[in-house]
Amino acid sequence: MNQVNSYRTGPDENGHFGIFGGRYVAETLMPLILAVEKAYNAAKADPSFQRDFDYYSKHYVGRPSPLYFAEGLTRYFGGAKLYLKRDELNHTGAHKINNTLGQILLARRMGKKRIIAETGAGQHGVATATVCALFKMECVVYMGATDIERQAPNVFRMKMLGAKVVPVTAGNGTLKDAMNEALREWVARVEDTFYIIGTAAGPHPYPAMVRDFQSVIGEEAKEQIMEAEGRLPDTLVACIGGGSNAMGLFHPFLDDKVDIIGVEAGGHGLDGDEHCASLTGGRPGVLHGNRTYLLQDADGQILEGHSISAGLDYPGIGPEHSWLHEIGRVNYVYVTDDEALEAFQLCCREEGIIPALEPSHALAHVTKIAPTLPEDHIIIMNMCGRGDKDIFSVGRALGINMNEF
Amino acid sequence: MTRIDKRFAALKAEGRKALVTFITAGDPTPGVSAEILAHLPKAGADVIELGMPFSDPMADGPAIQLSSQRALGQGMNLQKTLDMVAEFRKSDGDTPIVLMGYYNPIYIYGTERFIKAALEAGVDGLIVVDLPPEEDGEFCVPAVEAGLNFIRLTTPTTDNQRLPAVVKNTSGFVYFVSIAGITGTASADADVVAGHVNRIRQATDLPIAVGFGIKSPEDAAKFASISDGAVVGSAIVNTIAQHVDDQGQPDAALVPEVLNFVQSLSQGVRSAQ
Repeated sequence: MNQVNSYRTGPDENGHFGIFGGRYVAETLMPLILAVEKAYNAAKADPSFQRDFDYYSKHYVGRPSPLYFAEGLTRYFGGAKLYLKRDELNHTGAHKINNTLGQILLARRMGKKRIIAETGAGQHGVATATVCALFKMECVVYMGATDIERQAPNVFRMKMLGAKVVPVTAGNGTLKDAMNEALREWVARVEDTFYIIGTAAGPHPYPAMVRDFQSVIGEEAKEQIMEAEGRLPDTLVACIGGGSNAMGLFHPFLDDKVDIIGVEAGGHGLDGDEHCASLTGGRPGVLHGNRTYLLQDADGQILEGHSISAGLDYPGIGPEHSWLHEIGRVNYVYVTDDEALEAFQLCCREEGIIPALEPSHALAHVTKIAPTLPEDHIIIMNMCGRGDKDIFSVGRALGINMNEF
Repeated sequence: MTRIDKRFAALKAEGRKALVTFITAGDPTPGVSAEILAHLPKAGADVIELGMPFSDPMADGPAIQLSSQRALGQGMNLQKTLDMVAEFRKSDGDTPIVLMGYYNPIYIYGTERFIKAALEAGVDGLIVVDLPPEEDGEFCVPAVEAGLNFIRLTTPTTDNQRLPAVVKNTSGFVYFVSIAGITGTASADADVVAGHVNRIRQATDLPIAVGFGIKSPEDAAKFASISDGAVVGSAIVNTIAQHVDDQGQPDAALVPEVLNFVQSLSQGVRSAQ
């Protein structure tokens, strides 16, 4: 266990955050996982790696993203002061590219020529296809057949960017099945292929590595709030599927006196199986290379889960979140599809920002707490993606027929 | 000595190689699966691997993925898999049974409880695909101490530096995965596999069985001849799949066809020098 009085020292050398994390993969993959870890440790120690990451973050992704004082929403709530970390303004429209940029730079260092990735909503697939086009790497994205139907615009984007999109029909054809298939493909093409995992989950070192690349969000936010307010925020709020945007915002603040809230997708509510709230509605298990909270039945079979947001539609969560949940450092809550839809519309109306459905979950929780808090209470919420991709899902949910305009 | 140790010792004394067969417990239905299991030894299976069905079999190809889904669709679970072994043991006290699968169902069942239940049911060995030696402490070591064999997969990517760690807590036999890939897909080059088998022999005295991509009696003969045994899974499971209709119901020819195929595999292995 950690001897240091800090929440930021994990994982241990075997990739464990308390009992969570680890490397639960088939032997064929073990040597690769160890090679990625070794290469990543070397990259972290090499200033030129950080220099490249910073260069492309600034000139290609468009960082730093603004920390915006949300005047309209703050006025609407009549309580706490809300700041939005505008990661939806990144190139490709979400935080996902922070991670794909970091990982492809690592893949280049390792001399890999070919990239594979899994995607659910398609945001990670698009962010991966984008950096592959930039760095001239072959790109294959595994995507559930059901998701391909639901997310046609992102499939088109990936194809335009030169990626091959492989439909996965196994299981229910959603994100977890796509991840299974990407792992299978990686096993079969170990020599030349690098697997860019899209969230802070999977076998060690992925959860730590993805967190590190996404921590740019929290580091910037910390500097920006000091500049704007001269002090740290009181509360952080972010949505959680696998949990990479949340980990990126939270991690730099873990040792500070700041309340931290992660918001899971409650789907149709936690009474049945129609949700994706792994922490508030699941229990610990082992899947996709790590021990973490999972949605599963009494026999340990993994459940599919449901959320209106395809990006939160994953039955697991990053292992560091599981650990932060168990030790109580972060408070995890959930909001339902309907609450997220309300928040989506509120944000459009009050701020002129069309948010993705994922951060709409975070905002839905903010709408619950902000009115009850004093005016000098500062909340930072991660606006981790923009909503262009979601207009069809939202239209459907609101009963709007776009062919009738 | 476990049944696995005894079986390999006996085969060695006879101068022949082992046929290791894989089926998924509960595929296509619990009843038919139990019937196949009961007749496998007579058809020539020397060691039986019984798959514990899992919703997310990450190291398996389409054939075994579908067999898992068929079994789960029929209500199969880990307890019923253990019960199936116990039932088998009533009529067969000699044929080794290895449960093969993924860690999560065992973890949820409870590792201590599982080890006890497996021993009581008459299970001899375990293959847990997603538990590498790095995670040995929580399940592998207690299972071995309780008297179960823990059979580890070694692969073409397991280099000589890593090999000692991989075989360290392995017992019963070593399973060499002949290709870098998933079950039931590509077939390996026999010369390359022979090189790997010799390499593994430097690291262990345990018998070595070769699997992944062995589809026919000829393949079985070829790979058994350069090792101590051939493992056949997807090809058997595919035979099951051919006799199941869209509603998951087996036809009358299923059991005899599967057993005929196993018999032909056995003849192949018996022809191996």
